[in-house]
Amino acid sequence: MRAVYAIPVLVFAALAVALGVGLTLKPRVIPSALIGVPVPQFDLAPLYEDGRGLSGRDLADGEIKLVNFFASWCAPCRVEHDLLMRLAREEGMTIYGINYKDARQDAHRFLDRLGNPYSRIGVDRDGRVGIDWGVYGLPETYVIGPDGRILVKHVGPLFPDIVEEKFRPVMRRARQAAS
Amino acid sequence: MRRIVLIITLCLVPFAGAGAVAVDESRLDDPAKEARARAIMKEIRCLVCQNQSIEDSNADLARDLRQIVRERVAAGASDDEVKAYLVARYGDWVLLNPPVNERTIVLWLAPAILVLIGAGLAFLYFRRRRSGGPQPLSAAERRRLDELLDEKDDRS
Repeated sequence: MRAVYAIPVLVFAALAVALGVGLTLKPRVIPSALIGVPVPQFDLAPLYEDGRGLSGRDLADGEIKLVNFFASWCAPCRVEHDLLMRLAREEGMTIYGINYKDARQDAHRFLDRLGNPYSRIGVDRDGRVGIDWGVYGLPETYVIGPDGRILVKHVGPLFPDIVEEKFRPVMRRARQAAS
Repeated sequence: MRRIVLIITLCLVPFAGAGAVAVDESRLDDPAKEARARAIMKEIRCLVCQNQSIEDSNADLARDLRQIVRERVAAGASDDEVKAYLVARYGDWVLLNPPVNERTIVLWLAPAILVLIGAGLAFLYFRRRRSGGPQPLSAAERRRLDELLDEKDDRS
């Protein structure tokens, strides 16, 4: 058996490994280009007249918080809404919302029906602020550090295991670094 | 004859859409700038459809990004500056052609390198084949061959 016959086998094995690893990747999810970068400058009007809007300055307030891009027309946003309510009400997590490309009455109805976990909501009517954040599909949730830097981005609805594995370690580290 | 013409025409119908471009209400007034904006759009990936450029995608995000490209071009930004604006927000993947830098040089050169390796291997293989052809028989082998042929004649 000549040794050179092993070459196609090795090439195939290498290819199989590379493709196998590729099957576990998620090409449709685009990693954020803004990790570690301060949030973009923006100033959004509040969704409720008696509520508070959202600006870049609010995000550099020394607290660790979540920013959640949502809309009434976004079905996966409904799926994650219960979890957001739980995080806000039971754990006291600070969650700010950005209402993306939505109509005010529709957003009001959405929150009236499902509950409002957001202590601040900014209205991004034309989606331009979303583009500055690198938003390409709803829902998207960001973990923002005390100095207003983007620490983590999650695309798609939030689930408890994502909060546990993706968010909490980063939030813990940021809290320790700040203290 | 008429049926052939009909069939050929029907086969060409799907290609009628090839010239279509997503319709936008607000093109730039300056045709040169609009043409430049269009050229840039052809190089920007639609992040929703991901295999289309924003120039021919119908997605909402593609329309928003087209507006941004137009605004930047109208404001006097160069092609590179427009692309850099989008890359700063979405990363290198937003460009349909990956940039050429230290990280992507392997990606760009890999096909050429693989072709060269394949051609080299093929060349070596065929060289070996030609020179390793059947050698002329030695005297002992020729005698053996004659014996076998005689046996075959005797049997038939």
